[in-house]
Amino acid sequence: MASLVRSTTRLLPSTRTLLRPPHLARTYATVEPLSNLGEAMSASQHPTPESKTSTIPEPSKDKESKIKTFHIYRWSPDTPSEKPKMQSYTLDINKTGPMVLDALIRIKNEVDPTLTFRRSCREGICGSCAMNIDGVNTLACLCRIPTDTKQETRIYPLPHTYVVKDLVPDLTQFYKQYKSIKPYLQRETKSEDGRENRQSPADRKRLDGLYECILCACCSTSCPSYWWNSEEYLGPAVLLQSYRWLADSRDEHKEERKSMLDNSMSLYRCHTIMNCSRTCPKGLNPGKAIQEIKKSMAFT
Amino acid sequence: MPTPAASQTVKELDAYHILEAQRRNRPVSPHLSVYKAQISWYLSGLNRITGSVLSGGFYVFGAAYLCAPLFGWHLESASMAAAFGSLPVTAKVLLKFGIAMPFTFHSYNGVRHLMWDTGRGLTNKEVVRTGWTVVGLSVVSSGILAMM
Repeated sequence: MASLVRSTTRLLPSTRTLLRPPHLARTYATVEPLSNLGEAMSASQHPTPESKTSTIPEPSKDKESKIKTFHIYRWSPDTPSEKPKMQSYTLDINKTGPMVLDALIRIKNEVDPTLTFRRSCREGICGSCAMNIDGVNTLACLCRIPTDTKQETRIYPLPHTYVVKDLVPDLTQFYKQYKSIKPYLQRETKSEDGRENRQSPADRKRLDGLYECILCACCSTSCPSYWWNSEEYLGPAVLLQSYRWLADSRDEHKEERKSMLDNSMSLYRCHTIMNCSRTCPKGLNPGKAIQEIKKSMAFT
Repeated sequence: MPTPAASQTVKELDAYHILEAQRRNRPVSPHLSVYKAQISWYLSGLNRITGSVLSGGFYVFGAAYLCAPLFGWHLESASMAAAFGSLPVTAKVLLKFGIAMPFTFHSYNGVRHLMWDTGRGLTNKEVVRTGWTVVGLSVVSSGILAMM
């Protein structure tokens, strides 16, 4: 009886395939029992002796390799009495990605896992990997490794910052200063129709070149004036953000914002050195923004 | 039974003190010594140095002139001119150039700063171009002044 049932079920799929449209047809994995293969499987096969095969040597040093030296600032809080030191690493840049961040990640992954740095987006939008590369503050992810192997690359943390570890600077003061300028829309009156606060395309255009700032702190830490007065001077990045709200047609606390800057330190420690605009990895102009604040303070 | 963690609870104030002690040991990252030489901050520094030298020199000379009769110094124009006239030619030219250079540089860079104060010429390109213009102008004009 059981065999009868089985034979009918075996018949069924064939009739089903006849009725089923071809695009719904499915194949099933089948496994033949090993016993069916018999002796062919269990017969031992002797390997071809090594005298009849070729030798694969250990990979020799690549003649095409481009060895680049990186000198990287190191300091660890675990051994605080030790002086900061410059550690040299060599990498074949043919086997490394094009950017300095790729080199750092490769060193951390393959050479020295104790190397510490911040990184996140690897495309210049998070601002985490800001550091001083070959004397200029920039984002490691946007900075190409100079292909000239004779020129050695030197990497330091952002200048005149407290070092947390290796290339990680303490930006607590920077963030506190950012908070102090109240970086948000301050407005009491509701819009006429109770919907969002709108502005004209011309007013919106005034925010171009200001809203793109990612607060990487490259400009502030390139400013000699900020090096000497970071306790009180706000620095280019925070002043650019301050101007972003002063330039916003929807903000209603402009006078309050200006009065907060109206002292000898917060704003006027800017001496138009212009290192800030020179170094901005996003191509913004904090120096110009500060000048616009000074102008608006002078003519009101 | 879970093994106890190898840590201890710290009161908020104690944690603050630990952090403070750690922070006292932190180094400050290098700045002046590692930042790339760029015309932007070099000229800014020179502007301040030349300004200090010029005004400092002016005050020192003014005070010395006032005190001169007391100590018997001869700083009157006539004796100064005579002393300068007795110098060899190269010393004259170098001395004139040395005084003219900070003066002309500070003057031209002052004009540059006045332009910036109106909000003009603040792009990277313009800052570099006007910077080298100031350097060139001050070298040429102090050269002319030194030859006079």
